Amino acid sequence: MATISLEEVRKIYAGGVEAVKSVSMDIADGEFIVLVGPSGCGKSTLLRMIAGLEEISSGTISIGDRVVNRIDPADRDIAMVFQNYALYPHMSVYNNLAYGLRNRGVPKDEIDRRVKEAARILEIGAFLERKPKALSGGQRQRVAMGRAIVREPAAFLFDEPLSNLDAKLRVQMRVEIKRLQKSLGTTSVYVTHDQLEAMTLADRLVVLNGGAIEQIGDPISVYEQPASTFVASFIGSPAMNLIPVSVRDGRATLDSETAAGGSSLSGPDLGNGTGYTLGVRPEHFVPASERPAGPGDLSLTVTTTVLEPVGAESYLYASIGGDSGATGATVTNSSAAHVVIRVPAAARHQPGEVLSFTATADRLHAFDKTTGKRIPR
Amino acid sequence: MKRAQFSSPLLPYFLLAPQLAIIFIFFYWPSAQAIQSSFYIEDPFGFGATFVGLENYTTVLGSSEYLRIAQFTLVFTLIVTFLSLSIALVLAVKADAVLTGASTYRSLLMWVYAIAPPVAGLMGIMFFDQHIGPLVDLAALFGWDMRVGVNYYDTAFAMVVIAVWKQIPYNFIFFLSGLQAIPKHLREAAAIDCRSELRRFWTVTLPMLAPTAFFLLIINMTYALFDTFGIIDVVTRNEPANNPLTLVYKVYLDGFRSNDLGGSSAQSVILMIVVLVLTMAQFRFIERRVHYG
Ligand SMILES: Nc1ncnc2c1ncn2[C@@H]1O[C@H](COP(=O)(O)OP(=O)(O)O)[C@@H](O)[C@H]1O
Ligand SMILES: [Mg+2]
Repeated sequence: MATISLEEVRKIYAGGVEAVKSVSMDIADGEFIVLVGPSGCGKSTLLRMIAGLEEISSGTISIGDRVVNRIDPADRDIAMVFQNYALYPHMSVYNNLAYGLRNRGVPKDEIDRRVKEAARILEIGAFLERKPKALSGGQRQRVAMGRAIVREPAAFLFDEPLSNLDAKLRVQMRVEIKRLQKSLGTTSVYVTHDQLEAMTLADRLVVLNGGAIEQIGDPISVYEQPASTFVASFIGSPAMNLIPVSVRDGRATLDSETAAGGSSLSGPDLGNGTGYTLGVRPEHFVPASERPAGPGDLSLTVTTTVLEPVGAESYLYASIGGDSGATGATVTNSSAAHVVIRVPAAARHQPGEVLSFTATADRLHAFDKTTGKRIPR
Repeated sequence: MKRAQFSSPLLPYFLLAPQLAIIFIFFYWPSAQAIQSSFYIEDPFGFGATFVGLENYTTVLGSSEYLRIAQFTLVFTLIVTFLSLSIALVLAVKADAVLTGASTYRSLLMWVYAIAPPVAGLMGIMFFDQHIGPLVDLAALFGWDMRVGVNYYDTAFAMVVIAVWKQIPYNFIFFLSGLQAIPKHLREAAAIDCRSELRRFWTVTLPMLAPTAFFLLIINMTYALFDTFGIIDVVTRNEPANNPLTLVYKVYLDGFRSNDLGGSSAQSVILMIVVLVLTMAQFRFIERRVHYG
């Protein structure tokens, strides 16, 4: 077990792509860190630099109190679980698990003990003599986990280990990985593009965007206080509604609406007098009939387009503005003014229905229109 | 697998006919001819043939010259196969380390294989030429008076070198594509599990390469046994004298130079049996230990 620390780590590939741009962070002993971000944002590159599979262009990576920049992957005391498992096809499951230990000169009976123990924990004892090709995807995944566990390394590195599994298995393995990591207490760095996986697994989330850290924090605070529109739209599903607004006479209105306190959207001035990007999560809208808007609140009139039931709740897709012909509201750029609103499963809204919602002041987020950064309140 | 439907039941046979005809005319028919004539002694002047039963076989197998040639063929085949496989493998491993999918480079190397064996033999013999051959000069530096075509061992040495030289590119291409087909993640997992590169090679890379190696083993043995005919012909300058020969060359000599069609046919049949046994043995004993991923 060990801490991992990255200092201004950069990676520039031979082709000139700067995949990782000066990343610094400290990972505590036993912590479960999840690197999350869209495909191509440099997550794997960063992880692979920690593993030693990719050279570090500049900066320092330390595992424990040892700088590992020039140390072979085999000597870094890490174990990695790959997306496609990377099991040795010509070896039995037992040998797959034992291979890394044999090469390190671990005594035979100790290897046997560790392999049997991992097999018991992961419930793969029944197929220790099988070759990987005779296993299902879920079983291979377990073997890959087992290969990491038997090593008893200072850190586990996971690169999208669940993305080849079907949805049900993915949830099951997710829970299992978390339980295992907590019981072993091994420092872990886990890469995924799946925000739900990231939220559920992480002690701390690291949101990456274009090779740079966008935000670090525990899942709930990242969810509640996204540092930028990028994080806001990446974490949470459906994504946070982001509506560009202008400020006129101390009130926020849609950019397209001219009247102060506009007819379809009216919100507080969170931009210190200038326009900003207003953010509201789908679950933070309340029907105006239940809670009339106070002075700092947002009030919104929408026209329903689609109602999407997901079981426990439904999501209402709507465009901002009342029925344009009838109310005279001028919604010119309708494509930019769509919102998603969570409604109770029992709701039975019809397309074309005009509805009003409010969101309380403490549920509103404001972001700079040009930089996308969060505007502090 | 898609099941094809044919309107007439005869159509598939009709479509297969050209292929079957080729196999029959060029493979089975000559084989059958050889088997038949191996039981006859043919009059050298073409005045009919006499049935002699197994006499051709007993003569061949009882001949000390034949057994000596068989022995040389065995040694030659093993050495050529071993050297051309292992040298090609080493080269492929080195190339693989620096190559990331440059297929043009790979196909350029393949061109060497387009050189016909007699041409390779001719080019090779120039290296070993008594007057202008650089290899002869090189050997002379070490006090080795190399006399290809005169000294039995020097001739054998030249045959092996040229045969190996000719076969390396072919093996190299296959080994290289085999190496490049090994998934990157597998090598990386191995890099984490094992520090020693050499050990990784033996425990992960080579087993993954086994299907390719097995295929090449059969191809190379067949090559050394049969396809080196042209090389031997050129190296011995068509004057076998007491130079080393392989069994195939002996078949040709007895059949076409000495007009002993019966004895030559018996030798052909023996060779066919050898190849059959060899291939079956390889499939039986080696393939079982090969992992096909
Ligand atoms: N070996 C490589 N050579 C050049 N560019 C690469 C290489 N590997 C990845 N990249 C580039 O680096 C960026 C980050 O890649 P990666 O770390 O794999 O992203 P992620 O895992 O977040 O999807 C991408 O733009 C990708 O195209
Ligand atoms: Mg990746």
